[in-house]
Amino acid sequence: MSEVRTETTLADWGGGRTPYGIGSKTLGMWLFILSDSLTFSALLVAYSYLRVSSPNWPMPFEWHSIVLSSVMTFCLLSSSLTMVMAVLASKKGDRRKTVFWLGGTILGGVLFIILHTYEWLTLIDGGVTPFSNPWGSPLFGASFFALTGLHMTHVTLGVIYLAVIACGFGKGKFSAEDVEVSGLYWHFVDLVWMFIFPLVYLLSISGM
Amino acid sequence: MSTETHSNRIFYVVWSALLIITIVEVALAYRQFSVAMMLTILLGLSLVKAGLIVAYFMHLRYEKLSLTLTLIPAVVICIALLGIFFLDSLRILTLGT
Repeated sequence: MSEVRTETTLADWGGGRTPYGIGSKTLGMWLFILSDSLTFSALLVAYSYLRVSSPNWPMPFEWHSIVLSSVMTFCLLSSSLTMVMAVLASKKGDRRKTVFWLGGTILGGVLFIILHTYEWLTLIDGGVTPFSNPWGSPLFGASFFALTGLHMTHVTLGVIYLAVIACGFGKGKFSAEDVEVSGLYWHFVDLVWMFIFPLVYLLSISGM
Repeated sequence: MSTETHSNRIFYVVWSALLIITIVEVALAYRQFSVAMMLTILLGLSLVKAGLIVAYFMHLRYEKLSLTLTLIPAVVICIALLGIFFLDSLRILTLGT
């Protein structure tokens, strides 16, 4: 087995083939995700650093905020599952099903955006701005809006991206690889939320 | 067909596992731990979730090993470099006292 692998690897790297066994678009998206993950980890590390080292860090998230953000997590996780189904359907060449599952993914993304906007407005009504908040360290507003704002931008762009892919694939303009590439992006947005949810919400539960 | 349903089932299993880990995280968040302890537990569980998403949803487990070796160590090393500074946050409050 290892001998076969060595031989194929050498042949792959000899030129004229794709050494990773994936298309150039897929590799491009992987490299984008690589750099984007470093952007998000820098922000997440900065947020956690401030969270741990500030003695007057506010703990504004009540029970209903935690329920709401858990529902948002559920929306994103489920939209990732429908995205997997869309990619599988596109590989079989089933256009109708692909568009159906992509529609489900977009629905999950839109629900997430609506719930998150509601959550933001609740905090803004409570007096939180990027420069101040009524409960303690002003760094909370800055880091909270920077982190969740960047993630919201990614979700919003992702929804638009998926809508474009769904329209194009339905008309037969895009290939199955295009659907797979958009899927990679969507799963990454989901992955980032898996860190934001515990670090931002679960670490600042009111009254703990 | 049987392999097809089998390969579909793994995605439902992963999705359920991710939901269960999320519920565990929320339940743990309501326990009394120190901030550092809580951060470690939640980050650990989130890393498991991230691993599941990358391996199954993003399909990396089924790609060639060379792709994994190109992508993952680079990210891990860069994040570990950020982590060097992170330890300061735990002792900064008691610094100089």
